[in-house]
Amino acid sequence: MATERLEIVCPAGTPAALRTAVDAGADSVYCGFNDETNARNFPGLNFSRAEMAVGIAYAAARGVKVLVAINTFPRAGSEALWHRAVDDALACGAHAVILADIGLLAYAAERHPDRRLHLSVQAAASNADAINFYAETFGIRRVVLPRVLTVEEIAAINREIDVETEVFIFGGLCVMAEGRCSLSSYATGRSPNMHGVCSPASHVAYAEEGEDLVARLGGFTIHRVPKAVAAPYPTLCKGCFQTGDYRGHIFEDPVSLDAATLMPQLARAGVRALKIEGRQRSRAYVEQVVRAFRRASEAEAAGQPIPKSELWRLTEGQQTTAGAYRKTWR
Amino acid sequence: MDRRELIPTFPAAAASLLRGLPPAVIEALLSRLVAVTTERHPRLFDRLGAHATSRYLIDPTDLPFVLILHPAAADGRLRVLPRGTAEPREARIGGPLAALLGLIHGRYDGDALFFSRDLVIEGDTEAVLALRNAIDDAEIDLSVEALHGLGPLRALAAPPLARILPLVERLTGVSLSRPTRESLEHGY
Repeated sequence: MATERLEIVCPAGTPAALRTAVDAGADSVYCGFNDETNARNFPGLNFSRAEMAVGIAYAAARGVKVLVAINTFPRAGSEALWHRAVDDALACGAHAVILADIGLLAYAAERHPDRRLHLSVQAAASNADAINFYAETFGIRRVVLPRVLTVEEIAAINREIDVETEVFIFGGLCVMAEGRCSLSSYATGRSPNMHGVCSPASHVAYAEEGEDLVARLGGFTIHRVPKAVAAPYPTLCKGCFQTGDYRGHIFEDPVSLDAATLMPQLARAGVRALKIEGRQRSRAYVEQVVRAFRRASEAEAAGQPIPKSELWRLTEGQQTTAGAYRKTWR
Repeated sequence: MDRRELIPTFPAAAASLLRGLPPAVIEALLSRLVAVTTERHPRLFDRLGAHATSRYLIDPTDLPFVLILHPAAADGRLRVLPRGTAEPREARIGGPLAALLGLIHGRYDGDALFFSRDLVIEGDTEAVLALRNAIDDAEIDLSVEALHGLGPLRALAAPPLARILPLVERLTGVSLSRPTRESLEHGY
């Protein structure tokens, strides 16, 4: 039986990636400005105001929506930078802005009462009470749920809220309390929450020592990977450490999320949109992943089996997991 | 099951032939290619920002030479040196030539090549990321840039190149041009 197709929300770190996502079948594309207002503030990445306007026009001409992520937390005394980002994104024609900070939500709701506000995963709203607070207070229309909930928990939340839910379906897997994690700050003084960078490249150093690849973050050695073993991102949460007699990935294994096979269950749980992680990734990644998930969402809507993909080749750790959606531990 | 992306390597016999070529000739040809590319893609420098002053050691590990790319240099943006030459640089990007070409053309994802250990980076990671992102956004097609570098001979060279290039790409698996929309849709 055919049902309404799940919306595929695709990442774009550059104008070229945005065009690639649109051409590959994205329903919507999320991106950010080239400053600390967005949580992927990496060198050489993101959009100037002019590029954002052109990108939104390109997408709009093809029926694709652009969502602008302004999802870091403003520094006290520098709120104007974040306010300007909200104003400029909406002036450029963004379908919605994705926000995390309560003060910024209040600003956007007051100044732009008729525009769509989405609650970023960085707000870590993981229960119906929190989501209903944001909906009643700021009028958010959609919440991006943290990557720590089971499908059953998502269904339970959806029964108690009136806003749309968007969940991560593929890509880097952050299982920390997003927007609250201080691991990167601890090692480097910079964080995704305040500066838009988790494990900033300025503090990352790789070296080949013999046959090992060694990764250091802020001077701490966090990986030593033997030859022919997949290299992970230089994040502390996926670091390899020794505690007592145990040596291994204390917090989290370096694997990536791929919940494609759970799309029918997520649809039945009331999810409206599926988010692909990876604004820091290339056009090649965007093209392959978006095309695969567009096919998958069409298959799901038509009641057909989800097509198999070879997307593990693109993932951290070169292996994938359904993450917390299929959580059996507690 | 082999879980690695199979990146073709440059044939050893061809690498030996290259070893016989004077570095100055290779440097002249590649410098022309870089000059045309940067002229036709000025936004590359916007995205590189302050990292345009960085010196990048580009190391095609299956070739007998390495390249020093210095985007901000007024003259000599690209130099060709024998492998092993001690040369100051801020960052090194190493991998098979096919991986480096595939990155430029948007055939391969840089992070995926890093995960699979086909690409190695050392030195200033921020500078490497800036270069990777700037090149990815520029949508460079080296075959098109090379044609532009031929000046008035371009019109003459374009038709045979258009016929030969896809054939060579299919035979070698090496990305010598930007993938077409058709090739992306069909995965070749």
